Amino acid sequence: MIWGIAQLVLFFAVIAALTKPIGLYMARVYAGERTWLDPVLRPVERLTYRLAGIDPEREMRWTSYTLALLAFSVVSAFLLYLLLRLQGVLPLNPAHVPGMPSDLAFNTAVSFVSNTNWQAYAGEQAASYLTQMAGFAWHNFMSAAAGLAIAVALMRGLTRHTAQEIGNFWVDLVRSVLYILLPISILLALVLISQGVIQNFAPYHTATTLTGTTQVLPMGPVASQEAIKELGTNGGGFFNANSSHPFENPTPLSNLLEMLAIFLLPAGLTYTFGRFAKDQRQGWALFIAMALLFACGLAVIYGYEQAGNPVLAKLGVEQHLSALQPGGNMEGKEVRFGIANSALFATITTDTSCGAVNSMHDSFTPLAGGMAMLNIAFGEVVFGGVGSGFFGIIIFAILAVFIAGLMVGRTPEYLGKKIESKEMKMAMLYVLISAASILGFSALAVMLPAGLAGRLNAGPHGLSEILYAYTSGTGNNGSAFAGISANTPFYNLTIGLAMLIGRFLTIVPLLAIAGSLGAKKTVPATSGTFPTTGGLFVGLLVGVILIVGALTFFPAYALGPVVEHFLMHAGRLW
Amino acid sequence: MGRYLLTALRVSLLTIVLVGVLYPLLITGLGQLCFPFQANGSLLTTGGTLRGSALIGQPFSAPGYFHPRPSAAGAGYDPLSSGGSNLGPTSQVLHDRVAADVAQARTDNPGLDTVPADMVTTSASGLDPDISPANAYAQAARVAQARGVPAMDITALVTRCVTGRQWGFLGEPRVNVVHLNQALDAAYGATGR
Amino acid sequence: MPQSRIHELTPEHPQVKSRRRGQAISLGQLLPQAIADAFRKLDPRTLARNPVMFIVEVGSVVCTYYAVASLVTHGGESGFLIAIAAWLWFTVLFANFAEAMAEGRGKAQAGALRQMKTETLANLVVEGVVTKQIPASQLKKGDVVRVSAGEVIPGDGDVIEGIASVDESAITGESAPVIRESGGDRSAVTGGTKVLSDQIHVLITSEPGKTFLDRMIALVEGASRQKTPNEIALDILLVGLTIIFLLVVVTLQPFAIYAHSPVSVSVLIALLVCLIPTTIGGLLSAIGIAGMDRLIRHNVLAMSGRAVEAAGDVDTLLLDKTGTITLGNRQAAEFLPMPGVDETEVAEAAQLASLSDETPEGRSIVVLAKQFGFRERHLTHDEAVFIPFTAQTRMSGIDWKGERIRKGAADAVTSWVREQGGTVPPEVDAAVKRVSMAGGTPLVVVRNTRILGVIHLKDIVKGGIRERFDQLRAMGIRTVMITGDNPLTAAVIAREAGVDDFLAEATPETKMELIRKEQREGKLVAMAGDGTNDAPALAQADVGVAMNTGTMAAKEAGNMVDLDSNPTKLIEIVEIGKQLLMTRGSLTTFSIANDVAKYFAIIPAIFMAAYPELKPLNIMQLHSSQSAIMSAIIFNALIIVALIPLALQGVKYRAVGAAALLRTNLLVYGLGGIIAPFIGLKVIDLLLVALRLV
Repeated sequence: MIWGIAQLVLFFAVIAALTKPIGLYMARVYAGERTWLDPVLRPVERLTYRLAGIDPEREMRWTSYTLALLAFSVVSAFLLYLLLRLQGVLPLNPAHVPGMPSDLAFNTAVSFVSNTNWQAYAGEQAASYLTQMAGFAWHNFMSAAAGLAIAVALMRGLTRHTAQEIGNFWVDLVRSVLYILLPISILLALVLISQGVIQNFAPYHTATTLTGTTQVLPMGPVASQEAIKELGTNGGGFFNANSSHPFENPTPLSNLLEMLAIFLLPAGLTYTFGRFAKDQRQGWALFIAMALLFACGLAVIYGYEQAGNPVLAKLGVEQHLSALQPGGNMEGKEVRFGIANSALFATITTDTSCGAVNSMHDSFTPLAGGMAMLNIAFGEVVFGGVGSGFFGIIIFAILAVFIAGLMVGRTPEYLGKKIESKEMKMAMLYVLISAASILGFSALAVMLPAGLAGRLNAGPHGLSEILYAYTSGTGNNGSAFAGISANTPFYNLTIGLAMLIGRFLTIVPLLAIAGSLGAKKTVPATSGTFPTTGGLFVGLLVGVILIVGALTFFPAYALGPVVEHFLMHAGRLW
Repeated sequence: MGRYLLTALRVSLLTIVLVGVLYPLLITGLGQLCFPFQANGSLLTTGGTLRGSALIGQPFSAPGYFHPRPSAAGAGYDPLSSGGSNLGPTSQVLHDRVAADVAQARTDNPGLDTVPADMVTTSASGLDPDISPANAYAQAARVAQARGVPAMDITALVTRCVTGRQWGFLGEPRVNVVHLNQALDAAYGATGR
Repeated sequence: MPQSRIHELTPEHPQVKSRRRGQAISLGQLLPQAIADAFRKLDPRTLARNPVMFIVEVGSVVCTYYAVASLVTHGGESGFLIAIAAWLWFTVLFANFAEAMAEGRGKAQAGALRQMKTETLANLVVEGVVTKQIPASQLKKGDVVRVSAGEVIPGDGDVIEGIASVDESAITGESAPVIRESGGDRSAVTGGTKVLSDQIHVLITSEPGKTFLDRMIALVEGASRQKTPNEIALDILLVGLTIIFLLVVVTLQPFAIYAHSPVSVSVLIALLVCLIPTTIGGLLSAIGIAGMDRLIRHNVLAMSGRAVEAAGDVDTLLLDKTGTITLGNRQAAEFLPMPGVDETEVAEAAQLASLSDETPEGRSIVVLAKQFGFRERHLTHDEAVFIPFTAQTRMSGIDWKGERIRKGAADAVTSWVREQGGTVPPEVDAAVKRVSMAGGTPLVVVRNTRILGVIHLKDIVKGGIRERFDQLRAMGIRTVMITGDNPLTAAVIAREAGVDDFLAEATPETKMELIRKEQREGKLVAMAGDGTNDAPALAQADVGVAMNTGTMAAKEAGNMVDLDSNPTKLIEIVEIGKQLLMTRGSLTTFSIANDVAKYFAIIPAIFMAAYPELKPLNIMQLHSSQSAIMSAIIFNALIIVALIPLALQGVKYRAVGAAALLRTNLLVYGLGGIIAPFIGLKVIDLLLVALRLV
């Protein structure tokens, strides 16, 4: 375990070390300050504004900001839908992939515009190179940039004093792409290629294997997409097997870099937030709360996965860790990653809205898979999606300070902004919408033959598959208990709706909060104000996240992962 | 709203060109320039014939070859159908499959001490090129017998083919089955099938 | 010399407890009424105001239906179903009972107040003469009435002519009569109070039915109670949680059917009721009413619950120096003899000069002189000639045994000495300056033409006030002293009293500007005031406490009235405001924390049949599925009753920092809320088994 734990610690140490520099850099970018990339990018940025007819100086109220975001989402989703339908007749399609049927194209377009990257299709069979680049990679950039924009708008709302405006959506979007996502992606893509991630436009190769059989090797511009897929917490793999595919994630180093890329921007945003708040401790408090939840989730997943599956143990399978084998529950895992790096990746990808996988969550032991699902159900606030993780945790911070404020006898405040009924309404709406979508759609699916037909596994695990699908859709995660056959009209439609609800119905209340907080006075802190920097706040925040998540999902989970755990130990199979 | 839609369309088209077309082309150019072997799939060719990729596992079932892990990718190691079995831990199907594979492993490798987990479990991609050293050593006796070679030699070959942790600490020690079998063929001739 | 006040309602000590109202109402009187009200409040139209309890009531109705149906069809579990229905009804009733208890005390008080409204006749005055008698209820704003000794003042108004002593005990509970006179800040009279002596003309200032008394009755009855902003925000949280749990329970059935273990509707409703925040939902309005009631018992009338909440949020407290921070009057603190004069000599002269001075300052000089062994002498007019203080001479004194002894303001006395041909030693100036610098008022004592020394009259900071300010500081509240003194004097007193800041040479305008400035910084400001010129500031402040002795204008402008006219009470008002929020927050936390244990009771219970493997989740080892469910709903109902005293008394407030307060409350109500039900459920389960009820 020493090697495993050492790698987990190393990963987190690197993230902690990168948080400040990347956070500082993002703060500069969003404050419109000069960066060292200005000589190259500033002209491109100016040109973009000119061609698009954007006045970068004009800031927007929250309503305009929301409208701009929605308009952009509608347009970009529609463009992707068109591309998917028409890819068969468009160029850059050496594998002659046909156009997608309408329900799958709808699901896929929604999936990418909502930063979910749920894949009801298999990339190597269903998407042309053009679709992968101009469709998927483009959306990977834009949906991440939109998430960043919203997070920054919320930061402005939280830290501005009686301001009506929360920034210019187009500027935030363009600057996110140009100054943050693009440069890091270029760097990351090149390192990934050095590790063996492919990047070409060659047609699929046919090889004659050592034993004389034929093997068709799919090709494509993978690295360029792999980089932004992780960096933008998108998670949509070029191939069906996602980051477990050797062409996407060939070595332990590429694996480490991909994991770092997932956490990089969300972790950095906590520092950016501290800059906005002019109090770095505000950012670190969120960072530490996230780190605690991360550690808890990781401990559960790693612990149960390394312990292995008692059902297989009874069959005489050796699952003990040794110098010669990783042991543990190796079903659905790659040998080069073993248990530690698979558990770590699973934790990271479900803590954030990434959803890329390097192991198959469906085959996880019940509580490890349940923990992955719960990570998403918590709202992906453990560092979380690019942007979305930040605004998710702010919702919980609002709930936490509300309770805390009452308990110290003061109208609750966060960063000097009074939390009143409007903010509470929006925060509760945010929590409620997610819960309603996950539980509602899952209940619908288990009642309908069309829903039940999708399961690969029977018994409680089948329920987990369905729950995971809607949790992932609503949480815009995109990972799956992939045994589920989601490419059916029923699942394409309902998961598509869940993704839309999970993204856009939660963003509107969120930007409303940004608007209403921005317009408020900033009340100076006194010793009667509950400080949102100390250990007490961190504890309370973690407590609120755990309690809200646990209370909402415990009954359903009791019939899924929890009971399956006991059944597995009792040896009851399905 | 109309104005927003128009701006959205313009921004979309501009960014498609930038990050949807120029960015992948730039990466492709740089990739082909700096790391052409990796960028093109780490392809293995012998005598002008494409034999596969160093990164993608291949099916081997003859006793004279090391066997890779069971694969759920299509009929087995089909890169067009990458993916895992997705069977849950309480799946009867998983139980039965593993039970059969354990039995098979014991038949194939008489005197097999323990069955390493990765020997009877499918990988996530279905294309896992690697097996654990434990798995490889467990098969050494069988391969040696099938090829009529001293077991010591095969074990030594396995040891040479073990890839350690990257940079000494990253990932898990492993044996690339394609490499190993290639080395086997190189040393003892491609007669093992 | 400051003018002494005719009457002094301000207790000398800030921590003197004000007389509590309504103490006499016993539990025995309240209980029957509250129980009756608990049933009356089952009316769904009333209950709809409280969404959480409304859901419970709907659930009770549905469960009753199933219980009755099972009796009719002789279904197997009718005993269990009836028990569920009954306990759900108890849950609603207990919540109603809590509210009724909270309202009870107010109602009893309102009854007493209403008796004062017995129809009085008013002597309507037109152009200075009484024209006719009309019933008080027909008085309109602008009417003038004459009230003579023994009559009850028919309505709220201002005295425009005359002076009278008035018994205001009906409103304030204070038995000592107060003086009301035309002009100045003591002109307001309240309807229902009684004139004891003399005769006054009163200009009626309130419309019929909107008098102070009417408002007071409405307030104590809770009739005009509206949800406060914070209560609304909390309501949203509670309703949000309720909807989430509704979702959880409704979607649980499909999952249960999937697991081939459908759950009966009654059990689902029981689960729902256990999960939704009934504890806080049931006690929320009781907490609010009790908070208002606590204020009333402190003799403070809040015009709205919003004001009480704002009090809890106050950042800056503006306090008048005189009467709030210092005793109303200055006191002699020391005698500063001139060179060659003995201190006792000064003391004797000062005492003699003050014998006829009945002002508190004069009395304090006599008292100080006693310390030098001079017993108070009682001289008659035959022995001595008393020289009273006049605005012209600005001195007072005595001519006794051929000696002329005077004390007074420095410039007045020195010029008097020079007129007499005496000389003023340079040390006088130094002594006077020293006293001034120390924030005191110097009085010079002279015998014939010889200046003996200087008396140091000092503002006396009230005992214990410094500690109060320390507490306020710990609560995060900044105190600002308002005074008409010059900055030098103000600074000294401010330092002595321990206030954070002061506003010297204050005028109504500078006061107003200070409030605006604080508010621009986002702070909430509280102040107390009584004069008409305080009215704009009172209106501008977020919490404006008008003194009952103050003018009608001040009372109209503020959002609270202190019937004791004790400005120090601002501090208690702040504490009550905080306590109100804290009680809500703590019980909300407790309520939500309770759910953890209930899950561990109910979830294994309902799925044990389908999955016996879930047994390890039954960590309380409850006897059976039925006993587990019953324990949960019984605990859920009883906890409401158990917490009624806490809801009515409020969570204890301690003036410590927010973090320390939160830590304690989280430990008690958060952690306690998780642990307590585990114990409670187990105990109830054991009892149910012991009594063979399951």
